[in-house]
Amino acid sequence: MSFQNFDVVIIGGGPGGYVAAIRAAQLGKSVAIVEKEKLGGTCLNWGCIPTKALLKSAEKFQSIQHSEEFGISVKDVSVDWSKVIGQSRTVSSQISGGVEFLMKKNKISHFAGLAKLTSPSTVEVNNDGKKVADLKGAQVIVATGAKPRRIPGIEFDGKKIISSKEAMILDKQPKSMLVMGGGAIGIEFAYFYNAFGTKVTQIEMLDQLLPAEDAEVSQTLGRSFKKQGIDLLVKTKVESVETTSKGVKVTVSDAKGSKVIEADIALVAIGVEANVAGLGIETLGVEMNKGFIKVDENFMTNVPGLYAIGDIAGPPWLAHVASHEGIVAVENMFGENKSGHGVDYDNVPNCVYCQPQVASIGLNEKAAKEKGHKVKVGKFPFQASGKAKAIGEPEGFVKLVFDEEYGELLGAQIIGTEATEMIAELGLARALEATAEDIFRTMHAHPTLAEAVMEASGAAYDQAIHI
Amino acid sequence: MATQISMPKLSDTMSIGVILDWRKNEGETISSGDIIAEVETDKANMELENFEEGTLLKIMIPKGGKVPVGGTIAIVGEPGENIDDLIKEAEASLQSAAVEPAKEEAAAPAAPKLDVPPPVAAPPVAPPVSAPTAGRSGRVKASPLAKRMASAKGLDLGTILGSGPGGRIVKKDIESFMASGGGRSLISTYANQLPALEQKDVPVSQMRQVIATRLLQSKTSTPHFYVTVEVDMTKAVELRGALKEASVGSVSYNDMIVRASALSLRQFPEVNSSFYGEIIRLHGEVHIGIAVSIPDGLITPVVRNADQKSLIDISEETKELAVRAKEKKLKPDEYTGSTFTTSNMGMFGVENFSAIINPPEAAILAISSIVNKPVVVDGQVVPGKRMNLTASFDHRAVDGATGARFMKELKRLLENPILLIL
Ligand SMILES: Cc1cc2nc3c(=O)[nH]c(=O)nc-3n(C[C@H](O)[C@H](O)[C@H](O)COP(=O)(O)OP(=O)(O)OC[C@H]3O[C@@H](n4cnc5c(N)ncnc54)[C@H](O)[C@@H]3O)c2cc1C
Repeated sequence: MSFQNFDVVIIGGGPGGYVAAIRAAQLGKSVAIVEKEKLGGTCLNWGCIPTKALLKSAEKFQSIQHSEEFGISVKDVSVDWSKVIGQSRTVSSQISGGVEFLMKKNKISHFAGLAKLTSPSTVEVNNDGKKVADLKGAQVIVATGAKPRRIPGIEFDGKKIISSKEAMILDKQPKSMLVMGGGAIGIEFAYFYNAFGTKVTQIEMLDQLLPAEDAEVSQTLGRSFKKQGIDLLVKTKVESVETTSKGVKVTVSDAKGSKVIEADIALVAIGVEANVAGLGIETLGVEMNKGFIKVDENFMTNVPGLYAIGDIAGPPWLAHVASHEGIVAVENMFGENKSGHGVDYDNVPNCVYCQPQVASIGLNEKAAKEKGHKVKVGKFPFQASGKAKAIGEPEGFVKLVFDEEYGELLGAQIIGTEATEMIAELGLARALEATAEDIFRTMHAHPTLAEAVMEASGAAYDQAIHI
Repeated sequence: MATQISMPKLSDTMSIGVILDWRKNEGETISSGDIIAEVETDKANMELENFEEGTLLKIMIPKGGKVPVGGTIAIVGEPGENIDDLIKEAEASLQSAAVEPAKEEAAAPAAPKLDVPPPVAAPPVAPPVSAPTAGRSGRVKASPLAKRMASAKGLDLGTILGSGPGGRIVKKDIESFMASGGGRSLISTYANQLPALEQKDVPVSQMRQVIATRLLQSKTSTPHFYVTVEVDMTKAVELRGALKEASVGSVSYNDMIVRASALSLRQFPEVNSSFYGEIIRLHGEVHIGIAVSIPDGLITPVVRNADQKSLIDISEETKELAVRAKEKKLKPDEYTGSTFTTSNMGMFGVENFSAIINPPEAAILAISSIVNKPVVVDGQVVPGKRMNLTASFDHRAVDGATGARFMKELKRLLENPILLIL
């Protein structure tokens, strides 16, 4: 089979790969993208997007339950589980279709099939075990993403021991569920299932949910989860999982000893591992780092002309990081990065979409102190926000961490409704190097939740008005 | 007979010169080649060299004075000579060359103004050599944080280059400006912070004397020609690693090059020769000198019959010789009698250089460092490890083609280093 030549061949159609493809096409390059499943990758098909649809169902259900306080009584509320799942799948496939359209619009050649690198610049595409294309790229980008990591000795069976993928398409709502892992994914599913009435036990090995987050944020979330009915066990380790005819028997241990928890289903959400198997990179001598592909600041691997972006290139494993890496990689490889920008890993927003939402960016107070900063911290609780009260969402707060010397914004943590939308302002503030005073003096519309950001910056200098 | 010294045109765009300082005083004897004054031009501060012989009778332009190109700055003659007429003439010519002071720096070299301060006046403030000015015109773009940092540290943002979008000055720029010493006072940034260097006369050691004589003789009497090849050292690097791993000992690249040179010299006897006017002696043995730098010069221990020795032998012998060379404990027969010399500057990261032949040898090999660089292999850019070798040949004994073939063989051996251990 003769080679089809491209300026760049991209393996993987997730937010890393498809965004890189569009950017390369915008720069007038000929682009091929190979995807073994559906365009959009984990993010659109099995990650960010379908989970957000599910979470919205949970939120709506919760808000209906609380509608009395707004003067609305609703009777005979019922949940049609298959429609909850169905809605999520519909959204997913619509958006995946949208990506397909974007590929056409940008004249990107889309090859459906499994890609294998036969050399640093050649890619073989197989579909159903049959070779369908041989591609040659002046540059090749690997963007094959990651998949849920298993706990050694505890194998996924897809029915009783499941990963996030199965958790979003269960055909029946389980009566009880054990969620292993207190990271974003575990938290979102714990919230979702609990909201619909599943008895949820969540287990985290470290001392708080979201171990990397500000302790006060994590504690607030933990309290909220307990109030919502989730049985939260921190500093607890899963020892073994046994499947029974009814479900699972999980042995867990903490400082006090071990116990057995029974549930219909165990969800393992402890992180991800790279999708490298069968890619052919081992034979090319591609250097790895802790199981992920090692890249330089241009996202090039140790093999010239071969690049890696997104989840496959290591943490942080987030869709927006993957996309930004794709753009920078493409602009650099074609000499189009006029301003010389890179990916700013110090300014990555981290969001969790349960209720209350959690969002953060930059350094939290502890991390800032560890880095030697003298900090000023400003905090504003939504309790004191008119808007939050009006909409019945007074839970949570905004916390801003400034360097004392010049009022540099080192980081921001928000917990509360719409936290994930509010964090964008602080990302921009950091990117443009706004100081506490700039934020405080920027007029925020009243009444909005975002006023809490302005107030928190004032609070750092004892100038907040409403507390 | 007295003559005028006039301001020379020291750069092609110079129209005016400023006397920064006089190095000679009135009444002093001066001769051709003396530096008599320091002059600031539009480009630089330069020394003014004198081409007259005599006594400096009159300084027309005092320190700090400006004068157009061609204007008289001083008068030279015999002591006691009457120079009144010359002085008048000079004054007149200077006067007629005058223009508006404001335009003196403008591109009107035709008639710049004479601007002579009274001799008694305090020296004018020297223009800050390259004091930063508020530089770019208009609004300075800077992030709020950068502005705060600059004002707290008393920095003028106009003097700092921005690296943000559209040249915006951001925190990083202030930090790197401070780190580069830019944070001190704006003017003193450019002032000389280093201790003054001292002028010293050092006696020439015996060794230096020998080096000087021999190298001068070589360079002036031997018609050198130079041939450079780039050698792919990938396999040599691998071989070295493999030998190390196999605990055979740490063979250096230099050892490999000595061995490769010896083998190549066997094939090209003209390179292993000496030109003696009537005859060219093709040596019957291959003795390779290895230049070793030592505190007050250099010495060249010799690996005798290097072509008969294995790579490991060469390696061990060289190591031992080098140690004793540095201790100055070599016996004369250990540093004489070489028929070919190698000089290695690879350890200094030198990418290319050429050496002076060590007479009566016919060639010397200059070894540069192995450089990681992109190379094209089969139409693909891949990382490569390359090293430049430059040989200097005595053209009386070696022809260009022979030199080139010798280098080609050397390259072939080093690129297939297995041949060096066979
Ligand atoms: C449940 C869940 C929720 C998440 N929620 C969020 C969120 O809210 N926000 C967020 O930022 N991130 C979220 N993530 C993470 C996010 O999905 C990933 O960071 C993101 O998808 C990474 O993009 P990527 O392009 O690197 O890889 P992926 O999106 O994984 O795409 C890789 C693609 O490559 C394809 N592929 C792999 N191997 C081959 C091959 N050999 N040949 C051809 N194709 C191949 C795969 O089929 C896949 O489509 C979530 C993840 C999960 C699992």
